[in-house]
Amino acid sequence: MIVVQNLIDAISLGSVYALAALGIGLIFSIMRLINFAHGELIMVGGFVIYALAGNPMLVMALSAIIVVTILALGMERLAFRPLRKASPPTLLIASFAVSYFVQHVILMIFGSRPMGVDFLSVLGESFEFAGLRVPRLQCIAIVVTLALMVGLVVFFRASRIGVQMRAAAEDFTMARLLGVKADRVIAVAFALSGILASFVSLYLVAQTGTVSYKMGVNMVLIAFVASVIGGMGSLTGAALGGFIVGIVSVSLQAYLPEELRPYRDAFVFLLFIAFLLWRPQGLLVRRASERV
Amino acid sequence: MTGEAGVATASALEVAGVVVNFQGLRAIDDIHLTLRPGEILGLIGPNGAGKTTLINVLTGFQVPDHGSVALNGVDLLPLKPHQRSRLGLVRTFQNVLPFAGLTALENVEAGAMATGMARGAGRAWAMEVLGRLGLADKAARRVDTLPFGEERRVGIARAVAMKPKFLLMDEPAAGLNDAEAEELQRVVAGIVAEGECGVLLIEHRMPLVFRLCHRIQVLQHGATIALGTPEEIRAHNAVRAAYLGDEAV
Repeated sequence: MIVVQNLIDAISLGSVYALAALGIGLIFSIMRLINFAHGELIMVGGFVIYALAGNPMLVMALSAIIVVTILALGMERLAFRPLRKASPPTLLIASFAVSYFVQHVILMIFGSRPMGVDFLSVLGESFEFAGLRVPRLQCIAIVVTLALMVGLVVFFRASRIGVQMRAAAEDFTMARLLGVKADRVIAVAFALSGILASFVSLYLVAQTGTVSYKMGVNMVLIAFVASVIGGMGSLTGAALGGFIVGIVSVSLQAYLPEELRPYRDAFVFLLFIAFLLWRPQGLLVRRASERV
Repeated sequence: MTGEAGVATASALEVAGVVVNFQGLRAIDDIHLTLRPGEILGLIGPNGAGKTTLINVLTGFQVPDHGSVALNGVDLLPLKPHQRSRLGLVRTFQNVLPFAGLTALENVEAGAMATGMARGAGRAWAMEVLGRLGLADKAARRVDTLPFGEERRVGIARAVAMKPKFLLMDEPAAGLNDAEAEELQRVVAGIVAEGECGVLLIEHRMPLVFRLCHRIQVLQHGATIALGTPEEIRAHNAVRAAYLGDEAV
């Protein structure tokens, strides 16, 4: 029974990591930008919920989604579009700058102390069946993640802009030659990553009941690790990587000796280093040299 | 040849007096070229003769130091590559393969969308193009699971789906086996017959070039050393000496 319980924990945590990793992977696959400011999208979503505390849940959630999406579009327009032709390292550094900028704006407005917020706390209660206690939030996280993923798949396969985005992700220059509009494809990618980030905000705030200007940092690191494990540039890989990191984290939490558990993340990253030595290109990406 | 009296200017791809220097090295030296609708013009010459550089000038990846490039009388030089492709000047690349993670149909659809077609019309047109190129039964396959020759043909189908007025093909037969090259020959001849489109063909396989092309232009050291029908080129002494050697053609 405890195994099943852990498995559900792992899948629900993994699904949240997968959402965060998808947001990073989506932007990377199209413009080779590793967007560390993605964590700040998640964080700002949290603060929108905090600022609107007391309003109906739906208002808080929708506002978070809308504000974060607009913020993502704004980042693209103001910070990354002028750097469109810059090298990946330049883009990465720029994303750190955006990240620190947003963090410190929030720090100036709200201060540095974590603040409590009552959001969907009713979901902390558990379903009980067959001796299992499953918090509602975990079930909802799994269902919402799966729904978002199905939505993404349909979008990428069935819509015109979706096919164009996949073409751009494979070969941006060639896609442009085919008349794919770069500005539009990239803007849509940022909007989607904003939507994905806002759902991570909803989960984090509902789960922890707090917001802080640093709350996106850890999540973005884990999401980055997850997308590297799956293979940078592969969206399926990013989702898979998210689930793997979730499963590994929960397993370590459950099976490490008690006195080592506080250092769980150190073991996660240690395993990640070992993984990189074994398969640096990630699980779902072929080495460039395999294809001539 | 026909059309020497300037009649061709109304509807043709025209290159006049193009010069390209690479750090003091003259890659292209005063080249003139005319490609008419419905014509296959072969561009041959030894490695380094300037063939790919010339295609880069045509498609906007290389800015020439002198000269002009015009499509049906429109000056192309101020235009970016994707603007040129929208005008109907489409290129296939030597080393660039189709979008690997997309299906054959989606690849060709991406080309169809470039013409501004809606999703449904684009899909129907893409299916038609795949059929023409003998790929109808491969439509749903991911491109990276196809044999090399078919993958190459998907790339050509993608270009054809853009309804080009002029198609520039950079070594389409490179790396193909003989059967695949034979198939390619049929495909290129079909494109010209169906679409009234002009094809500029860069290719190292001489038998293919001589069978397929209406005219052949020979470059050496960035300059044109011969221009004529396949028969004329075959008989041309300077070309034999410069390039063809004893190769059977």
